[in-house]
Amino acid sequence: MRELKEHYDIIVVGGGPAGLAAAVQAYDQGVKDVLIVERKDKLGGILNQCIHTGFGVQIFGEDLSGPEYADHYVQMAAERKIPVLCGATVLSINQDQSIVISGSGCGVKRITCKALVLSMGCRERSRGAVNIPGSRPSGIFTAGLAQRYINLEGYKMGKDVVILGSGDIGLIMARRLTLEGIHVRMVCELEPFTNGLTRNLVQCLEDFDIPLRLSHTVTMIHGKERLTGVTISRVDENKNPIPGTEELVPCDTLLLSVGLIPENELTLRAGIKIDPVTGGPLVNEHMQTSLPWVFACGNVVHVHDLVDYVTMESCRAATAAVTYIQGELPRFREEIPTEGADAVRYVVPQVITAGDDVEGDLTLYFRVKKPVTNAIIEVSCGDWVFYRSKKLKMIPGEMEQVLIKAELRDTFDAIYQENQTKGMLTVPDVFQLDKQRKGIVDTKLTVSVRSEDDR
Amino acid sequence: MKEVKEFVCITCPMGCRLSVEVEGEEILSVSGNSCKRGWEYARSEAVNPKRMLTTTVRVEGGDQPLVPVRSEVGVPKNSIMEYMDFLNAQRVQAPVVSHQVICELPGCGVKMIASTDIAAK
Ligand SMILES: Cc1cc2nc3c(=O)[nH]c(=O)nc-3n(C[C@H](O)[C@H](O)[C@H](O)COP(=O)(O)OP(=O)(O)OC[C@H]3O[C@@H](n4cnc5c(N)ncnc54)[C@H](O)[C@@H]3O)c2cc1C
Ligand code: SF4
Repeated sequence: MRELKEHYDIIVVGGGPAGLAAAVQAYDQGVKDVLIVERKDKLGGILNQCIHTGFGVQIFGEDLSGPEYADHYVQMAAERKIPVLCGATVLSINQDQSIVISGSGCGVKRITCKALVLSMGCRERSRGAVNIPGSRPSGIFTAGLAQRYINLEGYKMGKDVVILGSGDIGLIMARRLTLEGIHVRMVCELEPFTNGLTRNLVQCLEDFDIPLRLSHTVTMIHGKERLTGVTISRVDENKNPIPGTEELVPCDTLLLSVGLIPENELTLRAGIKIDPVTGGPLVNEHMQTSLPWVFACGNVVHVHDLVDYVTMESCRAATAAVTYIQGELPRFREEIPTEGADAVRYVVPQVITAGDDVEGDLTLYFRVKKPVTNAIIEVSCGDWVFYRSKKLKMIPGEMEQVLIKAELRDTFDAIYQENQTKGMLTVPDVFQLDKQRKGIVDTKLTVSVRSEDDR
Repeated sequence: MKEVKEFVCITCPMGCRLSVEVEGEEILSVSGNSCKRGWEYARSEAVNPKRMLTTTVRVEGGDQPLVPVRSEVGVPKNSIMEYMDFLNAQRVQAPVVSHQVICELPGCGVKMIASTDIAAK
């Protein structure tokens, strides 16, 4: 890249799909002075190792592999000649609108900016985070590391494998190892349901007759130097192993696919507020964090199952960052928290802005804690339900969304009908109306999912 | 001879359990589906199930040892392990450009294409 400057209008931290989309969008929205800082020596993030297909169906209408999807955006950034600094890590975010980076090519440098976009993605939970008792032999890997070894380096980590965790990465690795002639004995899942997409369950496990043990976990690790086996046990409703159900499974490799954690040490140290449930920064609908000049998008905010949604979210973050620089993103007089109720685990954005100058549609993203059939999705403000829809089935593996149109008119329920004399209600109007009723209701936007069957 | 095959429909998250009655190549009945798309899925799964195949192929003289490849279209599911043996024996010379045809699978003739660029060392 050209000479590194001391200032850029927008700096993007992380060159995965989120960072690439944000940089391209900011450029296209008129802020051409953008820099991408990427820790690795290659752009594309986690997609480089996701060689399977299943990417881009929403955005490109094509079933692409991870590298193909990433390359699309790498090329877009190149066409715009957006400067990229690879092999450099962002070490800190400072209150004076600057960051400190360190890289082999550039040394340690302080760069200032008008707005910062965080897109550092997430990392995998490791054995330390799950605490399995037993020895510490070699042969234990996180599923993502194994994916990297096999797909990028061609290194096979073992012959006989047990996979703990049935999220998409675990399932995809079960198939990948089988194709490479490695025996996958089973996939164990602590929950009584799988966290992966049905497509992956069928095409990665059933196609190859790989057993899935639900409500099971690994309770002991065996082996001195190399793993020789694991003990698995059935668990009760509280996820405690049931004595007497132990089973010894010989294997030389254990893959852990036990969850992803947004990569937020940097964010935390900058004093940016973190949502304890998502592990990502708290954001409003503009993907703006509690530090007004800092925006965030992609897996660093919450774990996405589809990259297409990462791209869309990143475009919103970048558009807002541009508006912020132009001084047109209003500082909000009031922020209304969102919350999840019943089966909803979390809602992003965690706050939404209110005031006369707020306009447009609002999309709320959320996940359920457990599978729900015949689901009723409701969005309410206090006791006022103003959005309701139904879905035959919802699963924790899929991120869900509700779009609240600026013209809520069509979707309002009976209570709205009573107020219809007031004319067309927009999102901010809802809150104004709510404010008038303050004292009676909480000012909070609640997303709830219940099963019709539970009535 | 009549035969009943069971599948989980993956067309949407409902995951209906489908049951298909077949006689040779002919579908006699489909049950368990909640919609028409499930019927279509059952038909293709019962007669000729296909899957996208993704793997890697060794690169000679590249700055990376492997190139990720994918089938251009779905390939017959039952032959996937044979295709893997075939692909593991393939070598490709760097540089490789994205969407370059790496080889054709024996039998079905489906093209395997590169998923990304690999530069020469
Ligand atoms: C195994 C697996 C399978 C998946 N399968 C599918 C699928 O089939 N279909 C689908 O649509 N989606 C799938 N996804 C989801 C999708 O790939 C991710 O949601 C998406 O890649 C997240 O993009 P990101 O840019 O937020 O994060 P990442 O891709 O993780 O990118 C983050 C980047 O930031 C860099 N970085 C981090 N910290 C710093 C720092 N301090 N300084 C500089 N750089 C930094 C990292 O090096 C990395 O390159 C899958 C994900 C995984 C892990
Ligand atoms: S049959 Fe229809 S409703 Fe059922 S899973 Fe298939 S597509 Fe979905």
